[in-house]
Amino acid sequence: MSKEILTTQDLHLYYGEKEALKGINLNFEAKGITALIGPSGCGKSTYLRTLNRMNDLIPNVTITGTIKFKGQNLYAPSADTVQIRKEIGMVFQQPNPFPFSIYDNVIYGLRIAGEKNKEKLDAVVEKSLRQAAVWDEVKDHLHESALALSGGQQQRVCIARVLAVSPEIILLDEPTSALDPVSSSQIETTLLNLRHDYTIITVTHNLQQASRIADRTAFFMNGELVEVDQTKNIFMNPAEKQTEDYISGRFG
Amino acid sequence: MMNPKTQNKVAIGTLYGIAGLVVLILMALLGYILVSGLPQLSWHFLTAPAKAFLKGGGVGIQLYNSFYLLILAMLISFPIALGAAIYLYEYAKDNWVTTTIRTAIEILSSLPSVVVGLFGFLFFVVKLNLGFSILSGAFALTFFNLPLLTRSIEDSLRTIDTTQREGGLALGLSRWETVTRVILPAAVPSILTGVILSAGRVFGEAAALIYTAGQSAPALDFTDWNPFNISSPLNPMRPAETLAVHIWKINSEGIMPDAKAISSGSSAVLVLAILLFNFAARYLGKRLYKRLTSA
Repeated sequence: MSKEILTTQDLHLYYGEKEALKGINLNFEAKGITALIGPSGCGKSTYLRTLNRMNDLIPNVTITGTIKFKGQNLYAPSADTVQIRKEIGMVFQQPNPFPFSIYDNVIYGLRIAGEKNKEKLDAVVEKSLRQAAVWDEVKDHLHESALALSGGQQQRVCIARVLAVSPEIILLDEPTSALDPVSSSQIETTLLNLRHDYTIITVTHNLQQASRIADRTAFFMNGELVEVDQTKNIFMNPAEKQTEDYISGRFG
Repeated sequence: MMNPKTQNKVAIGTLYGIAGLVVLILMALLGYILVSGLPQLSWHFLTAPAKAFLKGGGVGIQLYNSFYLLILAMLISFPIALGAAIYLYEYAKDNWVTTTIRTAIEILSSLPSVVVGLFGFLFFVVKLNLGFSILSGAFALTFFNLPLLTRSIEDSLRTIDTTQREGGLALGLSRWETVTRVILPAAVPSILTGVILSAGRVFGEAAALIYTAGQSAPALDFTDWNPFNISSPLNPMRPAETLAVHIWKINSEGIMPDAKAISSGSSAVLVLAILLFNFAARYLGKRLYKRLTSA
């Protein structure tokens, strides 16, 4: 196995008494796209949100097990969530640009981190928006409100916003489920362009999407990881019966 | 038995009737106040000091006192309300402490203002020995205003979607940075609207001030801006009758021959000022939202 950037061992998560994740063991190598698939309520989004500690925001959540990012335990008492989230960025289901200009949206993280050099900020804005494949559409409106953009453009601006703080890992929580098909395919293209430089983990309900973009696919069900493999194997030749049933729509 | 369609029509008709009645009452009140008050207004009326026994007095000092007291009260209550609202909405966990605070705020906001005034009298005026003064009045108004303002700011924060908070945190902003750099800027227009609306209520408040800021309006020297001089407009330790208190006083013990006219004129000024606050709140809120959201 090549270098693993993120590892989870025996990860359990409880909402109050209810066990939502039942001992997940899943590792991610650097670079490439991994898709997390499974029926609604299977725990895939919950799992994704443990990876940058977004579940901390929800009261009454208990997490046991270990998640290590480059060998460091994310849940160690000394772990700094702010630093973690800088390195493990996240894009959400609903595009959530801040109600500011496109330019300000993209540089927000950097500016708050104290970066003032205008040239550097300009360069980052262009680079990030290019990477997110939305530069050509917005380059003439950088100082207009990001809220005026279409949903798909907003989502790509949100991706650019994450890229601007140069994370190593990008988590995406059903990034296209609120978008129309054309916008969805633009997001997919964006992700495919990014897969050589970033470790991308995306939750998706759309099996075709997983098969189109993911290098690896992990199938979750009832809070357990059923199987994880090269995407091709999951779709053509799954090891588990459950996976096959889900993939073929014969869900039982 | 009516059929559903007729039922619907009757229901809508009734609701329109009720809404119309509310508007009608408001119009009648406003109309009466403005029709009887507007003719009294003149530059002299708005700027001249009041006269105790003679006719021809104005409300200049009372008007100024109202604004000064309003600004002081806002300066004291806004930071506290903002902090309380941010704590309650952004940080506080849902436990008995928070519930207690919320209940306390709720009760405080429904306290009759005359009770707030009497409390202010006993505590600020007598106990802390501040006397009948602008400062006592400002503190009493803070008590009166704080719960309302806290609630209104909390509501403003609530209108900002959770996804915005997640977006900020997911960028590696701390909780505090997310609040101050993402949530507050987005909430500013609606916070401002709330502040101005509560300013309108404070501006028209009388009962809380009668026993705290006092019922006399000593002459002011508008060329003297040293806050330590007793005749300076800025002196916070002088008694200061406001416009609303003035109206109450004229009507209960006014002995000047033109008491009725002055009372009508003062009411018109008060109502106009509050209307102005309301329209300003809407206008500024909208303008600001546009500016902040499209840079």
